[in-house]
Amino acid sequence: MILAWLIFILLVAGILAAIAARRSHDMARWISLAATLLDLALTLALWIQHSGRISFGNSGDWLEQVDWTWIPQLGIHFHLALDGLSLLLLALTFFLGVLSVLCSWSEIAHSVGFFHLNLLWILAGITGVFLATDLFLFYFAWELMLVPMYFLIVLWGHEHRVYAAVKFFLFTQLSGLLMLVAILVLYFFHHAGGGIYTFDYEQLLHTPLSSRAALWIMLGFFAAFAVKLPLFPFHTWLPDAHTEAPTAGSVILAGLLLKTGAYGMIRFVVPLFPGAAREFAPVAMSLGVAGIIYCAVMAFSQHDLKRLVAYTSVSHLGFVVLGVFSWNELALQGAVMTMLCHGISTGALFILTGALQERIHTRELGQMGGLWSTAPRLSGAGLYFALASLGLPGLGDFIGEFLVLLGAWRYHRVLTIVASIGVLAATFYALRLVQRAFHGPNEYRWTLTDLVPREGVIIALMAISLLWLGLYPQPVLSTFSPALHALEAKAQATAVIR
Amino acid sequence: MPAFLSRGSPYGQVLWTWLNVDEFQPRIAFYLDSLSLLMVVVVTFVSFLIHLYSAEFMEEDEGYSRFFAYMNLFVGSMVVLLLADNLLLLNLGWEGVGLCSYLLIGFWYRDPVNGAAARKAFIVTRAGDTAMIIGLFILFQRLGTLEIQDLMHLATAQWAIGSPVATTVAALLIGGAVGKSAQLPLQTWLPDAMAGPTPTSALIHAATMVTAGVYLIARTHALFTLAPDAQLAVAVIGAATLLVAGCSALTQSDIKRVLAYSTVSQIGYMFLALGAGSWAAAIFHFMTHAFFKALLFLAAGIVIEAFHHEHSIFRMGGLRRELPVAFWTFLIGGCSLAGLPLITAGYFSKDFILWSVWSSRGGGPWLWIAGIAGVLLTALYTFRLIFLVFFGESRTPVSHRPGSRIVLPVVILAALSVAGGWFRGPLLGFLNRTLPPMIEGHTGMPEMLSGAIAALAFLVGLGAAYLFFMRKPAYAASLIRFGALRRLHALWFADWGFDWLYDQTLVRPFVWIATANQRDVVDDVFTAIARWNQAAHRALSLTETGRLRWYAAAIGAGAVIFVGVVLLR
Repeated sequence: MILAWLIFILLVAGILAAIAARRSHDMARWISLAATLLDLALTLALWIQHSGRISFGNSGDWLEQVDWTWIPQLGIHFHLALDGLSLLLLALTFFLGVLSVLCSWSEIAHSVGFFHLNLLWILAGITGVFLATDLFLFYFAWELMLVPMYFLIVLWGHEHRVYAAVKFFLFTQLSGLLMLVAILVLYFFHHAGGGIYTFDYEQLLHTPLSSRAALWIMLGFFAAFAVKLPLFPFHTWLPDAHTEAPTAGSVILAGLLLKTGAYGMIRFVVPLFPGAAREFAPVAMSLGVAGIIYCAVMAFSQHDLKRLVAYTSVSHLGFVVLGVFSWNELALQGAVMTMLCHGISTGALFILTGALQERIHTRELGQMGGLWSTAPRLSGAGLYFALASLGLPGLGDFIGEFLVLLGAWRYHRVLTIVASIGVLAATFYALRLVQRAFHGPNEYRWTLTDLVPREGVIIALMAISLLWLGLYPQPVLSTFSPALHALEAKAQATAVIR
Repeated sequence: MPAFLSRGSPYGQVLWTWLNVDEFQPRIAFYLDSLSLLMVVVVTFVSFLIHLYSAEFMEEDEGYSRFFAYMNLFVGSMVVLLLADNLLLLNLGWEGVGLCSYLLIGFWYRDPVNGAAARKAFIVTRAGDTAMIIGLFILFQRLGTLEIQDLMHLATAQWAIGSPVATTVAALLIGGAVGKSAQLPLQTWLPDAMAGPTPTSALIHAATMVTAGVYLIARTHALFTLAPDAQLAVAVIGAATLLVAGCSALTQSDIKRVLAYSTVSQIGYMFLALGAGSWAAAIFHFMTHAFFKALLFLAAGIVIEAFHHEHSIFRMGGLRRELPVAFWTFLIGGCSLAGLPLITAGYFSKDFILWSVWSSRGGGPWLWIAGIAGVLLTALYTFRLIFLVFFGESRTPVSHRPGSRIVLPVVILAALSVAGGWFRGPLLGFLNRTLPPMIEGHTGMPEMLSGAIAALAFLVGLGAAYLFFMRKPAYAASLIRFGALRRLHALWFADWGFDWLYDQTLVRPFVWIATANQRDVVDDVFTAIARWNQAAHRALSLTETGRLRWYAAAIGAGAVIFVGVVLLR
């Protein structure tokens, strides 16, 4: 029941915010803040409640479930279920949700109500994606994320927002349709095998499939997730969307939307089609590694700060793909760790970029420089998160990437070596970012207000989280590792059936 | 802790389990034995003196608090590096000191030159670290742990001497070590690192951080014992580096760059000792080097301040009378560096290395000859520096005199640069609790004779420096005007062209490719699809003319073709 509340709170608060904004913009903001905070509190309460029970014991169980019949004729249920993996991703969702509301406080000045409606509905969609265990519901939530994000970019974005929004919509919608086809094919195959129409994840795990059919259906899922992730060479919508979106949009895109793609691969692609995934793994991993290197080089050459950070996202998500398709415990845990830490570190970089843009009205690195002398706290924060991005040990991103590489080494050495060089390449762009924006002479004579308390709190929370994840990640690891064990067991069982 | 002191056994302390994934369980845990204890004592003691010095030296700087924040972060990371009980935690300290080095080289961030030097240092050392990380992957895969003591025991038990895996891992660790310790072929970052404040150069880029590579190899000496080829490579790298950097030091005009090349060269001696299997000799030289090189940098700081931030030694001179403190301390440091026989600490440590290199099983006469040639070079460039800066005519007026917080550390370090060598016996004994003694292989070179030849080389170098830079400066000036010698001078001045080579083969192509592809060629594919759609849309729109007869004609023609296709099939 509590799982359904997580979604409904956001949906209802979105409508309330839209109504309240007619009277007062601040009221809409406070409503949104309250809703995201409430969801965050509920998630943390769930975490604390289950922290004793999250163990290596009975791995088949969900921590929480809601299962309502929705359209019985077609076998569609409103079925939400929570395990350690979803729990942490939800915690990240609401954490970044709170911060997105906060970082839009002064940036968004027009149509405030509709903005918050969209913001909260995207979060609701993401929550649905992380919880749904009915594939129809999953697809529904997948599309729910898409439309409000389109509006967010097209209405509150920057100069080329229409182009970016349409590109984003086309890429994700087309790939989403492929997934819909794959879901339906799987649905009919299941009926053909056992005579039951169902979209239920647990039951579809047992669908008998020929290896050829499994490969094609898997590719349908993979297409949607690869575009969302995004995997090289399907990444080109992302720099545009990130660059043009308002700050909150970029934070949610980089921090959460991309993670839904990775989540989909972990939750659906490998467990539903273990054989096909193994067969396909070399291709997927090579694309992931190609993306690590290619997008690190791309990031190095960008002049637009947001575009630079956007390319770094693709580069980091390459490690996630590498980890997922290595499908061993080290690499998989590293992949999830990278998802969490990347959400925070890249989110923080986008928030800082947004804060800068509010002050100097440009994102061009060429117009910056020497900002340390006028805004030392903002610049120091920029340095900190750039270091997180280049994988400095002691901050969370390092743990994720190191585990991925350590695990991937067992699977494929050459790819791992190339990916390790990608870690080195991260140094190039991260240091260039710091040099161009914060160091060097202050040629344009900027005098900026340093981080205001609201921004200071946001940044401090993110910085502390990353340090915690870097030095004492075990509580987080032991929360999601039983879920990953369960998934590995499911994939194993499915492989045996087929 | 008392148990450690009384029993002499290593002391370990576990703080918490860092990660626990599968079989991979690195801990945040520290390990103290005679090797790490000696290193920690030297590092923290020298750090203390340099902090004291900086308190006055940096007083006028606007980034005073930022400077000390970075310096303390550095000392903390360095201690973590030295005390780490597993390679992952060592890596944390390792990257941490690299970060602080970056931050402090670029401390005066307004000048882009400093930023470039800082990035170069970080990137070049990280290139080495990438090799090291891959070494960790192999170690974990083969031996299932990253704890250093366990690794060494397991490796010794499981791998044969000369086995490929041991050699590979050792070679990868050498990658990390040559990056951090600025050895060939990754030495190019250290001279540029002199862009940082002088106390930073003294602490990070002379006394402590740059010796991390030496520590890494000494820490994992069991592994190198299993890989004689890799160990020989360490010796050869050391010998080559000490000569190459010594030649470069001879031609520099910036006082700090001379000292920087000298650091590279002296770490070359440490590598030479490691390669010869004389682990304790390397660590002993690390200690004396930390004293005299920190001293030289701090004294150089006084000189630079005195001359209005002038770095060029050709515009200095005559400082002997103006600043006796700087002169005497620099002279003591210089003598120790060059190895003034029988008195200075530097002589004792270097002499021990030279003798070990001849007589150890992994060493031999050739490496020894390189080491002796290095002694000559060292004396030559050191006294060139001293004669040019402190003797002769005064060319720039002295503007600034040091206060007590600067003088005190310099005097203490000067005392240690002499006295540090007197405790060779007990120190080596202490180190040998952890590090096995050298295995002798070649005979025929008594230590006395090796030391005497080293002393002779020192005297020759000193004499040549006196001749060229004191008595007849015109000789030196006319020598480098000749064709071949001039080119040689230019080559040495430019660090043997390493920078040029890397710039041409790596940096420029990378930047060119990145810039050329700024707009992302992959996107062109998708844009082409969109364009094609638009073109198709326009082409089809053309048929929508609104003229009924055209539609009728098109329908008729379509029907004919369709029927034709059906019938003719």
